[in-house]
Amino acid sequence: MQTPGADGRFGQFGGQFVPETLVPACQELERAFTEAWNDALFREELNHLLKTYAGRPSILTECHNLGRELGIRLFLKREDLNHTGSHKINNVLGQALLAKRMGKKRIVAETGAGQHGVAAATAAALLGLECKVFMGAVDIERQELNVFRMRLLGAEVVPAQSGSRTLKDAVNEAMRDWVATVESTHYCLGSVMGPHPYPYMVRQFHRVIGDEAREQCREVLGGDDPDVIVACVGGGSNAIGIFSGFIDTHARLIGVEPAGGAAVGRGVPGVVHGMKSYLMQDEEGQVQEAHSISAGLDYPGVGPEHSYLSEIGRAEYPSVTDTEVIDGFTLLARSEGIIPALECAHALAWIKRAAPEMQGQVVLMNLSGRGDKDVAQMMDILGKK
Amino acid sequence: MPIHLETHLRAQRSGGRKLLVPYVTGGLSNWKEAIRAAAANGADAIEVGIPFSDPVMDGPVIQEASLRALKDGATPFGIIQEISTLDIDIPVAVMLYYNTLFRAGHERFATSLVKNGVSAAIVPDLPLEEAGEWCRDADAAGVETVMLAAPTAPDGRLPLVVERARGFVYAVGLLGITGERDSLAATATALATRLKKITDKPVLIGVGVSNAAQAYEACKVADGVIQGASVVRRLMESGPDAVGEYIAEVRAAIDAH
Repeated sequence: MQTPGADGRFGQFGGQFVPETLVPACQELERAFTEAWNDALFREELNHLLKTYAGRPSILTECHNLGRELGIRLFLKREDLNHTGSHKINNVLGQALLAKRMGKKRIVAETGAGQHGVAAATAAALLGLECKVFMGAVDIERQELNVFRMRLLGAEVVPAQSGSRTLKDAVNEAMRDWVATVESTHYCLGSVMGPHPYPYMVRQFHRVIGDEAREQCREVLGGDDPDVIVACVGGGSNAIGIFSGFIDTHARLIGVEPAGGAAVGRGVPGVVHGMKSYLMQDEEGQVQEAHSISAGLDYPGVGPEHSYLSEIGRAEYPSVTDTEVIDGFTLLARSEGIIPALECAHALAWIKRAAPEMQGQVVLMNLSGRGDKDVAQMMDILGKK
Repeated sequence: MPIHLETHLRAQRSGGRKLLVPYVTGGLSNWKEAIRAAAANGADAIEVGIPFSDPVMDGPVIQEASLRALKDGATPFGIIQEISTLDIDIPVAVMLYYNTLFRAGHERFATSLVKNGVSAAIVPDLPLEEAGEWCRDADAAGVETVMLAAPTAPDGRLPLVVERARGFVYAVGLLGITGERDSLAATATALATRLKKITDKPVLIGVGVSNAAQAYEACKVADGVIQGASVVRRLMESGPDAVGEYIAEVRAAIDAH
């Protein structure tokens, strides 16, 4: 995958559209990350934490029952088994180490479903950083469990009351906090979005998913790569993570968006949250609100590298409806005994729909998070029987 | 053609006058009346905010004003068109987030500004590194692009910001978003001092200059001040007459210099 140039661009997308106050901080972060990433000691420290704290490498599971039912070979990359229950830990451990290296005492983060917030609070507890998490007021209601987890971990959780009161507004609030506290604070952004260097940096922290998966697949497939790689996309961090390992193979790359938040599928280029990327917006450039069953994907934009991969035709971005997602959620639970996060159920929904055209193919899906956090919400939807 | 903002501000300053630029959110109830009241009570130019769904540099007051204006159906081109009907004899600048003009298209937007008598544009999420294309298009159309300078800028960066600035240099008074504060941050006059050393373009402090006393304090160093949240709050709470009274009060305070 390409390294963005000094202008922080993937093709026409990306950039650094931030208030002047934050420009020096973004530049400092870019320098610090580049230096750290090339420092063997930093990488060793990070890898040690990934192994002994996060539980990496995550395993590869073949879904024999569901594969048979759908007529494909289906593998799951089990990021749900990481400490804190999702892939988000890869990125936060990297950023928290980097924050300490830069002499910052405090991190702020935004969160949608709460997975990144929980991961950030965890890394902050481990490494002795103060942590404040902004979360949309609407999401605080539907992800009560994660809110309590963050508080248990010592983080302050602040409801974002502006706009649609979901992930997009939590990002706004986190950026507003950062503008005021930039000298002491690192903004621990949770996806491959935002101003340069975040999309690139967060991808590098998550590429371990793809790198591991590629080795694991070659082992079980006798040296071959899968035919199709599938992941859900909100901002797009877990998708970029797994795509990274297969970008130079023949594999189709599929990023599944929610129908109510299909930035690549239905958006047009725009600029918000520091980046130029596909964005759901109206004729006047007002950002539209995303609506989906999963708080983690309720985002009207998308990471700029996804916009780029779509534009050059390397990756495809279909979308699925909430109804299909509920079906995907129960399907994996009943056929394989694995309860997926609602976010990941989007990828399952697409696999089920597209299976007739993939007969006999090998499909690798990134199971980026576990579904415990969604159980209460699903209980309301499906009833308690 | 619009009044040339920088020429106008320099002329005002040359008589020893400190500069006062009130900010009003376009499309907010009674916004045009508020602008006329400000113009009649000693404003040297007006900044009109174009409401945006995600105003990342703005605090609660201007967020609320933007939201209200959008709910009332305000649109960028609608506001710009209405600016042409203001009938005031001081220059108008618009403050807008970059997506508004990116979505509209640079040329189309710049042309519309000029046609409706708007002198300048302030784009708080378009820093130097990203501003090149817009600045070129704006220069070509005759729109002055005000650049923001922040307290976090290293010494090497400020001359580049100043060089690119048209109209005036917007000195961001503090680390943070727009909104009223109890006192003027030390960063405000410190930054203005650094800027005044390297430029003779008008230097105005905005963000966190919250009342007449703070405006007086800021003008000890700066050429003038922008009054945003303090104006918009009064407009929302009490209406356009309160804005006029407030601007008269700030005018009197900074005239004491």
